[in-house]
Amino acid sequence: MTGTSTADLLAANLLSPFVLAFTLGVVAKRLGSNLSLPKDVYEGLATYLLFAIGLKGGARIAQAPLDQLLAPTGAALALGLITPVVAFAVLRLAGRLSRVDAGAIAAHYGSVSAVTFIAAQGLVQQRGDVAEPFLPALLAIMEVPGLVVGLALGLAGAGRGDRPLRQVFHEIVLGRTLVLLLGGLAIGAAVGAERLAPVQPFFEGLFPGALTLFLLELGVVAGARLGDLRRVGPFLLGFGIVVPMVHGVLGVVLGSWAGLSVGGATVLGAMAASASYIAAPPAVRLALPDANPTYYLTAALAITFPFNLIAGIPLYYWTALWVAERMT
Amino acid sequence: MATTSLKLVTIVAEPVLESQLVKDLRHLGATGWTIVEGRGEGSRGMRASDLPGANVRVETIVTDDVADRIISHVADRYFPHYAVIAYVTDVAVVRGDKYARRVC
Repeated sequence: MTGTSTADLLAANLLSPFVLAFTLGVVAKRLGSNLSLPKDVYEGLATYLLFAIGLKGGARIAQAPLDQLLAPTGAALALGLITPVVAFAVLRLAGRLSRVDAGAIAAHYGSVSAVTFIAAQGLVQQRGDVAEPFLPALLAIMEVPGLVVGLALGLAGAGRGDRPLRQVFHEIVLGRTLVLLLGGLAIGAAVGAERLAPVQPFFEGLFPGALTLFLLELGVVAGARLGDLRRVGPFLLGFGIVVPMVHGVLGVVLGSWAGLSVGGATVLGAMAASASYIAAPPAVRLALPDANPTYYLTAALAITFPFNLIAGIPLYYWTALWVAERMT
Repeated sequence: MATTSLKLVTIVAEPVLESQLVKDLRHLGATGWTIVEGRGEGSRGMRASDLPGANVRVETIVTDDVADRIISHVADRYFPHYAVIAYVTDVAVVRGDKYARRVC
């Protein structure tokens, strides 16, 4: 086994262009720079990244026998159901947050941050590992129950009211994250690796560069939100770091146990640990309008995302190595 | 030119409500609407504008009774929870029949 220490992993991760670009975005914003990508470019990059991940997974999915899929699917589903409940319980019992606020935040931590997922793929690749091609599908499997359970916890007791739940469901299922990932997966699987080759230079060759640029802008967005840390208080700060670690380690352990490789277990752990801040907020805003958006947006974007990007993902990778060593 | 007196209903809302509002308008009897995006701040301040996306201003010209229905619907359904304002202005339009849904 490799003698990689957590410190080595952390250091290597810190010196990746992804993390440094993100940091540049944060610092520039804090210093008052006007650096920012045009909104349409940001949206375009998000579309590109999600679609590229889907296509790439799809092209390789034929290599994964179906029976290999079953246990990881179960693990993803279980994580989607467990993570919002854990988050909700911690928020209610330890944080004494109101039911709607706790449900809103739990929905974010139950759903998956696609960018964290992509960044985890990036780190795994950097280490020369490969995650299983079907992981984008697992993202969808974890995302939907994660969001729904969190929302249900927040809605229970809030009175039925007259909420646009149909539209909420529409947001969850037909949001662009799932459409692009699953659509890309289907197209990649349909055309196969050979016929996908002509588009590879664009979708694979440019991928790390596009991710770097995207993270630069995400740094700006997170930087703008750092000022809100004072408004959310120390509890959410601790929550945004400790709960992802618990979810992440749980994800790695379940993933390894379900037969995923070190790379796959790392990515599954990162997915479980992540909190969505692109797909979840509109659905939560619609379903739980009385929850305070400052709480969930700040926790997901200004605390948990940077934590996962900088320290979490290397930690999950290290955990996956550790578990793999014990299991063999 | 002969003009007809009608109501211009303007709703300014946070972006997540856009598609729902459009559905409501159609359902309540509006025959058309115009939507523009914009920035701003209100009594709910940053709380609602924290979410990504620009606020929307929805404008629709309707008959008096449709205007009433729209305003009371928006007031019931959205005012308590979301960042929304709505107001009614008198307008004079040509081709007045364009704005009323034909009564069967």
